[in-house]
Amino acid sequence: MRKIENEKVVEIRGLYKSFDDNHVLRGVDLDLYKGENLVVLGKSGTGKSVLIKILVGLLTPDKGEVKIFGKNALGLPIKELNQLRLRIGFSFQASALYDSMTVRENLEFPLVRNVKNISRKEVDRRVEELLEAVALPKTVNQMPSELSGGQKKRIGIARTLILYPEIMLYDEPTAGLDPVTCIEINNLINQVQEQFNTSSIVITHDLACAKQTGDRMAVLINGQFTAVGSFTDVFEGAEDPQVKAFYDYNFIK
Amino acid sequence: MFYKIDSRDTVLSKKLDKFFRGLANAFQFVKRFFQEVWRPPYEFREVLRQCYEIGYRSLPLISLTGFIIGIVFTNQSRPSLAEFGATSWLPALISIAVVRALGPLVTALISAGKVGSSIGAEIGSMKVTEQIDAMEVSAINPFKYLVVTRTLATTFMIPVLMMYTDFVALMGSFINVNQNELVSLSTFFIQVFESISFLDIFSSVIKSLIFGFTIGIVGCYKGYNSSKGTEGVGQAANAAVVMSMFLIFIEELLVMQIVNAIRYA
Ligand SMILES: Nc1ncnc2c1ncn2[C@@H]1O[C@H](COP(=O)(O)OP(=O)(O)OP(=O)(O)O)[C@@H](O)[C@H]1O
Ligand SMILES: [Mg+2]
Repeated sequence: MRKIENEKVVEIRGLYKSFDDNHVLRGVDLDLYKGENLVVLGKSGTGKSVLIKILVGLLTPDKGEVKIFGKNALGLPIKELNQLRLRIGFSFQASALYDSMTVRENLEFPLVRNVKNISRKEVDRRVEELLEAVALPKTVNQMPSELSGGQKKRIGIARTLILYPEIMLYDEPTAGLDPVTCIEINNLINQVQEQFNTSSIVITHDLACAKQTGDRMAVLINGQFTAVGSFTDVFEGAEDPQVKAFYDYNFIK
Repeated sequence: MFYKIDSRDTVLSKKLDKFFRGLANAFQFVKRFFQEVWRPPYEFREVLRQCYEIGYRSLPLISLTGFIIGIVFTNQSRPSLAEFGATSWLPALISIAVVRALGPLVTALISAGKVGSSIGAEIGSMKVTEQIDAMEVSAINPFKYLVVTRTLATTFMIPVLMMYTDFVALMGSFINVNQNELVSLSTFFIQVFESISFLDIFSSVIKSLIFGFTIGIVGCYKGYNSSKGTEGVGQAANAAVVMSMFLIFIEELLVMQIVNAIRYA
């Protein structure tokens, strides 16, 4: 079992977000504790990506409160926002690798631009360490277009880890991958957790992934978290028809 | 309460609303460029790389077009001058036409097609695949890294390419004149330089700077604001070309008016 502390690293209260008439988030409350893996589940289009994009300031909510590391994280001036962003890793749903750069350049890019006067040796060491961590050391000179979907996901994860973030946000790390690769990515998430001591939010549709990586589950339905708790609490005794449907769909189909 | 709003009104007002919002956005974008261009880091390496790309991409087409325009323009102007027995004025005529108008315009239009579209497509696809967001979340300023560098590069490179186009067009013209009027290279170029003034060169450099800026900023703007999906990228590239060509012609007209006002003042 992991060591989960009682300290909240992320605290979300009463968060609302709409796009025109599309009311996506309608009063979201959520906590992330230090050292835990929190899995966020929900149907496509329920606003899971929107939620974590708000955390890193890619989107602004209409209403609500977000505290990260105990401090308000909304409406920060760009300098402070960037300070905060350096402590949060964001792994994109579609990897978002820079396709004009090699794998090495992809990994180096956030590093050399944010850590002033970092030595060449240290850069190389970190690149090597992270490629090792995601088990892809041989791809270092390849272009993203030469990688498979699963490899891209891992390089994307390595790139977000290179700044040693304290919080990791994974947007559907296993979407579109075969079951075996899924399990590998899930193992990677668990390993990252231990190796780099992160607290994470993992967004997924995939209950197997949730079970394997999550300490707690949170199910987003109609813009709110209807069920939050351990896997057993949330799913096995589920009464809410939509939560139940989610469970049944994944395991009976 | 007593009015019923006609649905056509709302459609029109929505369209107008969208238009003015777009205009305001574009204005903001240009303003942001001028705010960020002075701030370090200056990204010299990226600017240089972009300059190289632009030159590399446009050079073949510009060489060909410039050369052919030189030949064709000379050939087509000859009969009119011959009517007055003034074919010896050909080098002067060509020189004025090329330096004042054709060189900058041809360079800018070709680069709008080659460079503007590829900037629009590149940034558009970075937008659509969330690479721009990825920069933002790693505390890198994508506007600075992508928009400022590319716009600076086009602004510097179009004048350089313009001079090259002038040279190639004049060489094309020389070959034609040399064959028909048996004028030597030195005589040709003496006539060329005698007929253009400092104002001509100065104004075409300024004009090219403006064209270059337009190509860069429009390409970036269209890419940066491209809509989701692959067709969004294509549209961005296309819109970048159409928009920058349109603006280039407007700018050409404006600059011509201003320069003529100065010239004949
Ligand atoms: N930038 C945006 N502008 C307008 N609407 C948006 C924007 N981003 C998201 N939306 C809308 O918000 C809703 C939620 O989107 P989001 O991407 O968060 O879904 P999701 O839960 O992550 O789904 P998926 O599992 O398919 O990734 C969708 O209806 C989407 O159309
Ligand atoms: Mg999503």
